[in-house]
Amino acid sequence: MNCLNVNTVDWGMNGTVPVCSVWIILFAPLVAAGLITVFTQRWKGLSAALSIAAIALGFVLSLRMFFLAHHGIWHQAHPIQWLAIGNVWIEIGMVTDSLALLMLLVVTGVGLAIHVYSLGYMKGDPGFSRFFACMSLFTFSMLGIVLSSNFIQIFIFWELVGVSSYLLIGYWFERPSAAEAGKKAFLVNRIGDFGMMLGVLLLWQHTGTFNFAELPAKMAAIPPGTLGLIGALIFCGAIGKSAQFPLHVWLPDAMEGPTPVSALIHAATMVAAGVYMLCRVAFVIPGALTLIAWIGGITALMAATIAIAQNDIKRILAYSTLSQLGYMVMAVGLGGTTPAMFHLTTHAFFKALLFLGAGSVIMALHHEQDIWKMGGLWKKTPITFGTFLIGTLALAGVWPLSGFYSKDEILLLAFGENKPLFVVGVATALLTAYYMGRECFIVFFGKPRDHHAYDHAHESPAVMTLPLVFLAILSVIGGWGGYVPHFLDPHGEVPHAAWGWLLLVPPALGFLLAGMIYWKPVPSDAPVKAALGPVWTWVENKYYFDELYAWIVKYVQGTIAAACELFDRWVLQRLGIGSLAGTTSVAGKTLRLLQTGNIQSYAFLFGLGVTLIIYYVVVK
Amino acid sequence: MITLNHYLMVSGLLFALGIAGLVMRRNLLVIFMALEMNLNAANLALIAFSKFNKIVDGQVLVFFVIAIAAAEVAVGLAIIVALYRQKQTVTVTELNSLRL
Amino acid sequence: MSSYDILFWFFSLAMLLSGVLVIASRNPVTSAICLVALFVFMAGLFVLLEAFFLAAIQILVYAGAVMVLFLFVIMLLDLKASQRRRFGWLAAVGGLVVAGALVWELGIILQTPVTVAVSGQTEVGGGLEAVVKPLFANYMLPFQVTALLLLVAMIGVVLLSKKDLQ
Repeated sequence: MNCLNVNTVDWGMNGTVPVCSVWIILFAPLVAAGLITVFTQRWKGLSAALSIAAIALGFVLSLRMFFLAHHGIWHQAHPIQWLAIGNVWIEIGMVTDSLALLMLLVVTGVGLAIHVYSLGYMKGDPGFSRFFACMSLFTFSMLGIVLSSNFIQIFIFWELVGVSSYLLIGYWFERPSAAEAGKKAFLVNRIGDFGMMLGVLLLWQHTGTFNFAELPAKMAAIPPGTLGLIGALIFCGAIGKSAQFPLHVWLPDAMEGPTPVSALIHAATMVAAGVYMLCRVAFVIPGALTLIAWIGGITALMAATIAIAQNDIKRILAYSTLSQLGYMVMAVGLGGTTPAMFHLTTHAFFKALLFLGAGSVIMALHHEQDIWKMGGLWKKTPITFGTFLIGTLALAGVWPLSGFYSKDEILLLAFGENKPLFVVGVATALLTAYYMGRECFIVFFGKPRDHHAYDHAHESPAVMTLPLVFLAILSVIGGWGGYVPHFLDPHGEVPHAAWGWLLLVPPALGFLLAGMIYWKPVPSDAPVKAALGPVWTWVENKYYFDELYAWIVKYVQGTIAAACELFDRWVLQRLGIGSLAGTTSVAGKTLRLLQTGNIQSYAFLFGLGVTLIIYYVVVK
Repeated sequence: MITLNHYLMVSGLLFALGIAGLVMRRNLLVIFMALEMNLNAANLALIAFSKFNKIVDGQVLVFFVIAIAAAEVAVGLAIIVALYRQKQTVTVTELNSLRL
Repeated sequence: MSSYDILFWFFSLAMLLSGVLVIASRNPVTSAICLVALFVFMAGLFVLLEAFFLAAIQILVYAGAVMVLFLFVIMLLDLKASQRRRFGWLAAVGGLVVAGALVWELGIILQTPVTVAVSGQTEVGGGLEAVVKPLFANYMLPFQVTALLLLVAMIGVVLLSKKDLQ
C-alpha cells in the first residue's frame, strides 16, 4: 500500500507529510469497529474510547491536511488497482481536493462532537459497545464516499452507508417501530440506489470509464438525450440518500433511532452524501439540472409546510432537515455547487447542534418527545436552551450566524437563475423561522404543562453540553468571511446584491408570526387550525404520502407479486423443477435395481463389459 | 513351430477360465484364486510379447506385477479373515449388506 | 514336432487343466493345490520363453509364499459348511457366457498372426542381470514406490488382523 513507500512532501516548515494519512483517516474507524465487535464488546468504556479515538485521529489528520492545503500543499494518494476485467479497470483511489477536504472536516469534526455526546446520551444502554461499533462503521462508510475517486468505489461505500444506517436506525430493534423504520429507510434507499446503478452503467457504456478524473473529458461523446437520462438516473441515488421528494418518507421515520444517530446520520452526514455526490459529479448532470432544481424546491417547501404541524420534537427537526436539503439540491440544480456545499457545511453544524439539543431535552425529561408536554424549560436547562436558540437562529438565517450567509448565497443564486424558485426559497425561509419559532416557544417558554416531568428535569452532564457548545460556536462563526466558499472555489464570484439585507425580512416575519401565536403561557395550535381549516389536516398527515405508498405497495406491487407467485408455483416449480426432479427420481429408482448387492452379478456385468470393450476396440 | 499366437491363445484361455471362475464361484477364497489366474494370464502374455518383441521391459513389468500381487494377496486375505470374523461366512451370496 | 513343441503343449494343457480344476472343485483345499500346480506349469512356460529369473520368482513367490498364505487362511476359516454348496445355475450360465464370449473373440483375433514389431535389439536374455538392470536404471522410481507399497500393505495387514477391529 501507499504507506510502504512513504511519499513525502517537504512543506518547508518542519518535516514531511506521509501521504498515507488519508488512508489512516479512512480505515481507523473500520479498525475500531472491528476491534469492538470482535474483542471489546464486554468493556463498554474501552469500546467507546476506541471509537472516539478513531474519529478523533481522523479529525486531527484532516485538520492537518486542511492547514497544509492552506499552505498550498495537497495530498496526492496513489490509487490501488483493484480489479481488471477485460478492459474494465476499477481502482480504489483517494480524492483529496478541496471539496473532499471540506467534507472530511465536516464528517470527522461534527462526528467527533456527536461521538463524545453519545457517551452521555447512551449511558447505561445495554448495547453500548454495539452502538459505538455501528457508529464507527458508519463513519468509515461515510468517509469512503467522501474520498472515492470513481463511481464503483462511491457506490460500494454508498451501499455501506445504507447498511450501517439500517443498523443504527434499528438500533433499538426490540421496539417494532424502530425495526420497521430501519427496514423502511433501507428499502426506500434501495429504490434510489437502483436508479443510480443504472445511471452509472449507462455512463460506463458510453464512456468506458468510472473514474471521476477521466470522465469530464469524455462527456462530449454522449448524445444530449442520453446525458439527460444519465443525470436523472444518478440523481435518483441522491433522491434516495438525501431524502428528496418523492423518496423523502424514510427520513422522519428514521427518528426512531437514538438521537445522536439522528444528529450524525440524518442531519450532518448521510443525507448530505447525496448533495456531496452531486457536487462531486457535477459534470455528469448538466442534462438534468432543471429537474434537480425543481425537485429540490418542491422538497424544501413541502417539508417546511409539514414541519409546522408536527408534535414530536425530533420530527420537526427531521422535516426541517428535508427542507434544508431541498435548498442544497436546488442550489446544485441551479448550477451552484459551491453554495450547496457551503450550506451543507453550515447546516451540518447547526442541525447537528439542534438534534443534540433536542436529545438533551429528551434526556432531561426522561425520554419524553412530545413538545406539548414540555414548556418553560429555559430555566432548568440553560446551556441546552442557549445553544438550541443559537441553532434555531442559525437555521432561520439570522445575521450574523452562519445560516444567514449560506442561505443568502442560495437565494441570491436563485434570484439570478430562476425567479419562481426564488419565491419558493423565500417562502421556505419564512416557514423555517415560523416552525422553529413554534418549537422553541413551546418547548422552552410558557408554563410547564407536565409538572411531574418538569420537576425532575435537569441539565445534562458536561460530556453532553460540551459538544453542544462546540457546535454552537461553529454554528456562529461557520459562515464568517466567506471562507468556506473561497476555500472551495478560490476564483468564484460570490453573488452579491445591494438589497441582500432584505432577505432578513422573511425570517423576521416568521418569528413574529410564531411569536404572535405561540408566545403565551399556554400555547396551542387552535388558532392556526381554525385559520387553515382542511389544509391543516393535510399538512398534519404529511400530505398522505405514507398512505399513498402503502396503497401502491398493497395493490400494485401486491398484484404483481401474486402473479409472479402463481407463475413461480405452477410453471417454474411444478412444470420446470418438478418434472426435472421427477425424471431424475424415477431414473434413480430404476437404476437402483441394478445394485443387487451380489458380487457375482457385479462380476458378470464387469466381464460382459470387458468383452464388449474388446469387441468394439479390437475385433470390430 | 510355436509362435506368439500360441502363447497368446494359452494366455487368453487362462484369462477366460479366470473370469468364468470369478462369476461362477460363491466362495470368496476361490474367487480370489480365480483372480490370481487372471493375473498370471496377463503375465504370460507380457513375457511372450517381451520374448518375441525382443524388449526386456515386459519382463520388468511382470516383476512388478508379481510384487504387487503378493501385497494384494496379503491384504485381500486379511480382509477376508476380518470379514469372516464379523459375518461367520465367506459365501458371497450371504454377504449382501450393501443391498438396499 | 520338436521337443520344444512337445514341452509347450504339455505345459499349456496341464496348466489349463489345473485351471479348470481350480474353479470346478468343491473343496477349497483342492482348488488351492490345483492352483499350485497351475503356477508350476506356468513357470515351465516361462522357462520356455527363456524368462529364467521370472520363472524362479514365480515358483518362490506364487507357488511358495502366496499359496502357503491361501492354505493357512483356508485352514484358519475351517470352511466345512460352505464346501457342500452347489453351483448356482444362473451364475454358471453367466460365467460360461462371459468366458465363451471371450474365447470367441480370442479366436477371431488369433486367426491372423499377431505381427511383431521387432526392436533393434538382437536378443533379450531372461537372466537375472537382464531383468534387474533396468530396475536400477529406468525403473528406479517405480521400484522404490513398490517397496513403499509393500510396507504399507504389511502395516495394513497387521492392522486388519487386530482382534478388536471395529
